[in-house]
Amino acid sequence: MEKFIIFLPLSAAIISGFFGKIIGNRSSQIITSLFVSLSALISIYIFYDVINNGYTNNVVIAKWISSGQLDVNWSIKIDQLSAVMLVVVTLISSIVHIYSIGYMSHDPHQPRFMSYLSLFTFAMLVLVTSDNFLQLFFGWEGVGLCSYFLIGFWFKKPTANAAAIKAFIVNRVGDFGFALGIFLVFYIFGTVNYEEVFSQVFIYADNKLNFLGIELNAINLICFLLFIGAMGKSAQIFLHTWLPDAMEGPTPVSALIHAATMVTAGVFLVVRCSPIYEYSPIILNFITIIGMTTALFAASVALAQNDIKKIIAYSTCSQLGYMFFAAGVGAYNVAMFHLFTHAFFKALLFLGSGSIIHSFQNEQDINKMGGVYKHLPYTYTLMIIGTLALTGFPFLSGFYSKDLIIEFAYLKGNTFGYYACAIGIFTAVLTSIYSWRLIFKTFHGEYSNKNQPLSSIHESPMIMLIPLIILAVGSIFAGFIFKDLFMQQGSFIDFWQGSIFFLEPLTTNHPPKEIVYLTPILVTISIPFSYYIFLKNKSITDNLVNGNKPLYLLLKNKWYFDELYDVLFVKSSKFLGKYLWKKIDGLIIDRFGPDGLSSLFKYFSIKAVKFQSGFVYQYAFIMLIGFSLILTIIIIN
Amino acid sequence: MNFPILSSLIILPTIGALFILFSRSSSNYNAAKYISLFISLANFALSIYLWLLFDSTNSSFQFVEEKNWIHGFINYKVGIDGISILFIVLTTFITPLCIISVNSTIKNKLKHFLVAILFMETMMIGVFCSLDLVIFYLFFEAGLIPMFLIIGIWGGERRVYSAFKFFLYTLLGSVLMLIAIISIYWMTGTTDVIELYQLGIDSKYQNLLWLAFFSSFAVKTPMWPVHTWLPDAHVEAPTAGSVLLAAILLKMAGYGFIRFSIGLFPIASEYFVPLIFTLSLIAIIYTSFVALMQEDMKKLIAYSSVAHMGFVTMGIFTMTPQGIEGSIFQMISHGIISAALFLCVGVVYERMHTREISKYGGIVSVMPRYAVVFMIFTLGALGLPGTTGFIGEFLILLGTFKVNFTVATIASVGVILGAAYMLWLYRRIVFGEITNAEVKKLVDLNRSEMIILSVLAIVSIFFGFYPDPLLSTTSASVEGLIELFNMNVKIYTASNL
Repeated sequence: MEKFIIFLPLSAAIISGFFGKIIGNRSSQIITSLFVSLSALISIYIFYDVINNGYTNNVVIAKWISSGQLDVNWSIKIDQLSAVMLVVVTLISSIVHIYSIGYMSHDPHQPRFMSYLSLFTFAMLVLVTSDNFLQLFFGWEGVGLCSYFLIGFWFKKPTANAAAIKAFIVNRVGDFGFALGIFLVFYIFGTVNYEEVFSQVFIYADNKLNFLGIELNAINLICFLLFIGAMGKSAQIFLHTWLPDAMEGPTPVSALIHAATMVTAGVFLVVRCSPIYEYSPIILNFITIIGMTTALFAASVALAQNDIKKIIAYSTCSQLGYMFFAAGVGAYNVAMFHLFTHAFFKALLFLGSGSIIHSFQNEQDINKMGGVYKHLPYTYTLMIIGTLALTGFPFLSGFYSKDLIIEFAYLKGNTFGYYACAIGIFTAVLTSIYSWRLIFKTFHGEYSNKNQPLSSIHESPMIMLIPLIILAVGSIFAGFIFKDLFMQQGSFIDFWQGSIFFLEPLTTNHPPKEIVYLTPILVTISIPFSYYIFLKNKSITDNLVNGNKPLYLLLKNKWYFDELYDVLFVKSSKFLGKYLWKKIDGLIIDRFGPDGLSSLFKYFSIKAVKFQSGFVYQYAFIMLIGFSLILTIIIIN
Repeated sequence: MNFPILSSLIILPTIGALFILFSRSSSNYNAAKYISLFISLANFALSIYLWLLFDSTNSSFQFVEEKNWIHGFINYKVGIDGISILFIVLTTFITPLCIISVNSTIKNKLKHFLVAILFMETMMIGVFCSLDLVIFYLFFEAGLIPMFLIIGIWGGERRVYSAFKFFLYTLLGSVLMLIAIISIYWMTGTTDVIELYQLGIDSKYQNLLWLAFFSSFAVKTPMWPVHTWLPDAHVEAPTAGSVLLAAILLKMAGYGFIRFSIGLFPIASEYFVPLIFTLSLIAIIYTSFVALMQEDMKKLIAYSSVAHMGFVTMGIFTMTPQGIEGSIFQMISHGIISAALFLCVGVVYERMHTREISKYGGIVSVMPRYAVVFMIFTLGALGLPGTTGFIGEFLILLGTFKVNFTVATIASVGVILGAAYMLWLYRRIVFGEITNAEVKKLVDLNRSEMIILSVLAIVSIFFGFYPDPLLSTTSASVEGLIELFNMNVKIYTASNL
């Protein structure tokens, strides 16, 4: 049963990838969508089984690596945590598959696209169902690879190729930390299997070791290194630069990989490793700081962007920050809850923006849209639902999860907690403002696209709208329905069992009413506020921009991270490579090595040649000298 | 063992070579090719049979054959253990693929080219199963002659310079190794490896002897700073020559480190670990940066070979099971992947007659099948999990981490750089719009190219997902070696207290 969940997408990918040309576009679309949907149905069934009967299982498929002490299997681990992830991944994936049939209908490489999507789903499932760190790493790099393929799907576009490589390499930087984390886990625990590692954590809680000349707590170091990996994959600040660029890929990809599933793998990693993280309060605080900084930073940048997909990409970055700071304050289940609801509304927003882009024939600049809500009634409504859910408008799904994060940050009770809580509320307001800016600029106001007549704007086909409607239903109800489950309330006491570990039980207190009500009120107020400044009275925003030019440029240029990294890493690496090649290899090693040696030989042989001049008198002269020398020596002796 | 299976493996290619050389019917190009292909496939089958017969739970030498040659001085002695068997199989596996890949590019003296390849196969197999230092030396050095000829005769424009450089470098190391072998004979009265393992070599002389062997192995690995012959040799060598060079010839040195440096001179090996680690790290980081900036496809892959072999030398001298098994695995993996990458370069070189990266771009539009296989090997080279490249690198780094955090951390940076130069290479060749009109005329892989490259792709993916057949073959012997090493070091430290 479990095997089907994983291997259906893989076989779909293989069929569509290798035989796509033979079986044709339509068949490969049907096969991939069908297989992944089947996988989703089985996942939902298993999720149901897990909820109601506490079903868990660990299926070992085969041996992978075994060397010395190291013993790693291919396996499928089903527990509460992986069951949630299974549902998220397969459900969103099948919706995206179906949507892609419509969205990619004019593309010449449809089987390849579908194959990549299915392959991605396979890799993501391998990641979430692993029972050890190494298989997790396999899935981790596997999803990275599919992301690379899909970002660079339009291989003729130089920007797409650059973005694809950037995504892969920035992720590799994260993976560098992650891999070191795995090495350290093996070094300390002698195994990379979750169960065996987690059951020994408390023994090694105070182990010290010397790393790069610094005395460190082993558990802290493991947590830190693993978190570096999570930062890369989940696009947290400093390693986030690949995510906005990744929007070069087709929009369904952005929805599946860069919003709902892959980028949440980092959050999943931290939650999965909660038994280790619980013993490392320092790193948890660090995660909180990184999370809230990312949330704030990304939201601020989103305010000044004009590309519809980039705005949503930064929004994703920011929401991932929320998830991390939830995990950082120890509320792992809340992080999972936000991951779950976020998957719905963010996929909805991305696919909705895809529908807009589709209608505008590949226009992505929100300044070149506007005034089309009558022409795109379905898309408009669906986008509104997505936006409401994202901003945490009362009783939609984002409301439940985001408010809980802010509450738990407050309840943490230390400086980090209060600080995170404040940043959380402020970012929620920013989120609301940039989201409504997107809606108002896209759908309201004057139609401002000179390249296309307004009449050519048309609604997307049903095959694209139906997936959106499913997601909209999720965006509205997922929070309300699953709140008790994720929070282990009501009839779901102790839902998570051992899959999430709390050193101390999560607090059941409630923060003061002011805090609870503050966010929804602010979020609601910001709707008319945004309407006013972005639509009614644009001079306010214009004045704001002109009055704070440096700030605006900072935001518009994404805090200049790309420029900085280009100088720090890209240019300097190229310079270094050239220097080592031309100067060291060429001018030093070769010059004094083989070339030097050979010219030395040449020099001496040329000298030697001069002795053989061919003139008999010279030979005779030398013979004479030699002869007299020998005679002299004999006589002296 | 009645049937001398190892000697048959060694001698069979030479018989084939002689047959091609002297029989008249093989003056026909195709006949020569088919005969050599047949011989090398038979040898491959024989080596697989050997692998099946091989008892991987036993760490001692098996299938040992011994013949007196010059009484009391040189014995012909061969035998294999879990470390050598895989290299033999690799050699017999790569050779037929090489022969298939030989085609119109070798315009003159095809017959002699094939003879050189087969002769080299003999020498390589000889290297991997010699159990006597003298015959090891003979095979080791004689193997270079066909390679020297392949570069010098069938090479590109600067072939003489490259062949000369290749020769100069290897000569220096070889002479020192020969002197070391002779002095070992004077000291112990034998050159039999098994006997020497048991006797041990006086720790006073180990350092010098180790350095003499090292000078030979370091050149052939190649380690920094004696690596500069490799890019030149690769660039000038014909495709099949590059494949043999990268896939098998470089592995002789890695094998030599495991079998002789660690086995014969454990105390010195322990002493020189910092040296090896330093040079390996430089090789990994330095050559990765250099590879990044290469404008010639073959040079880029050659530099990446240096980086990959840096991992190998680092792994070997961790003296941990993961490190050494990882190194063996990495050598096999690199044998497959680098062979495939050079073949991939050969495919487009044959059609375009240039190796300059900037002349390409957008070939996915005209050669989609090529784009797929090239991608698979690119991913293998950058160590993606699911390919053999990952298993080797991962085990090596895991083993290194146990011994030294700093070294492992720095080496891991090489993994990031590896991704950078490989993906950038791939992007510049395969993706983008076609700008060069020549590229538009390219035709996709033909049948024989498809066969070779798919076989290599399947092998590298299969063992990436299921490396157990390889790892379980080596594990007992590697553990035996480490035990021997630890015992020696323990005795030495005890005697010095």
